[in-house]
Amino acid sequence: MDLTLNAPEASKMTLGPCTLSSRLIAGTGKYENHEIMQAALEAAGCSAVTVAVRRERLLDDQGRSLLDFLDLDRYTILPNTAGCFSAEDAVRVSRLGRDLLEQLDNPGQHWVKLEVLGDRTTLLPDPVGTLEACRELVKDGFCVLCYTSDDPIMATRLRDAGAACVMPAGSPIGSGRGIANPAAIQIIHQMLKDPEHGGDPDYPLIVDAGVGTPSDVTLAMELGADGVLLNTGIAHAKDPVRMAHAMRLACLSGYHGARSGRIPRKLHATASSPWEGVISVIPGE
Amino acid sequence: MQLTINGEQRDVQSDTVGSVLSELGMDQSPCAVEVNRALIPARKRDEHPLNNGDVLEIVTLVGGG
Repeated sequence: MDLTLNAPEASKMTLGPCTLSSRLIAGTGKYENHEIMQAALEAAGCSAVTVAVRRERLLDDQGRSLLDFLDLDRYTILPNTAGCFSAEDAVRVSRLGRDLLEQLDNPGQHWVKLEVLGDRTTLLPDPVGTLEACRELVKDGFCVLCYTSDDPIMATRLRDAGAACVMPAGSPIGSGRGIANPAAIQIIHQMLKDPEHGGDPDYPLIVDAGVGTPSDVTLAMELGADGVLLNTGIAHAKDPVRMAHAMRLACLSGYHGARSGRIPRKLHATASSPWEGVISVIPGE
Repeated sequence: MQLTINGEQRDVQSDTVGSVLSELGMDQSPCAVEVNRALIPARKRDEHPLNNGDVLEIVTLVGGG
């Protein structure tokens, strides 16, 4: 197989109607300026980026808008419903985002990253509101990429409600705590993707939120995620562009690692060099 | 007529969504519009009438995660 860094097989990911050329989806928030964001997105190698829908102010302090810095022929724009605390508001924001992307003729017009939050301090998802909004949006023709907690039962409920992709949080949004409960992500993976547990190997699973460092991305991928969505881990790093590059490599690393058949964990050591022919005295023998 | 636009009271001369956007200078960049919490698709703005007291939300895309 092609093991070069840009091998399309390792990076291709299909989510609903869109096929992306990267398994990393990066946010566009929290950057010091648009130029750094642009360079970081390039270094991350992502082909889809998330955006938020907000009241028109249009211009940054230098009179420029986000859209001036996103190549719409290159990036599929994934609008989110961040800041929504009810299903009703999330549906409104989703429709506004779709209308905007239709005007821009961007393939992201079919998508929404659904977030219905329960609380401003924890930013944890409200499961009831999320499920309600997911059903409504699916009915309205949206391809719903659904942010949720790492609760495996909730993940199956959202899939059953028609979510095109379930995106459990590794840990709270922006916390940088990584994958707080790897076992939960593993169980979600099993329930969504393992045919023996009623899953479909092609159903996409993305770990979203909480990623702080490249090893978090690698672990998410090793746990079987198809991709990782992150923002703060790159945008608030001291060197966002270099961190974006590291996240890209980490994603590929985890992808290949997950498919290489790791060795089982053992309590005791197993020598890598042969015992046969040793000239030394071995204690106890 | 008086409208509430993005949370602020505004007096405008225009009587359709499309003309309000022009009056406010917001017709140059992509935006999406709600009137009284219902989306008015871009293609229907010019014909969508406004009434005194209507509440408008005019939104765009910003950086987000």
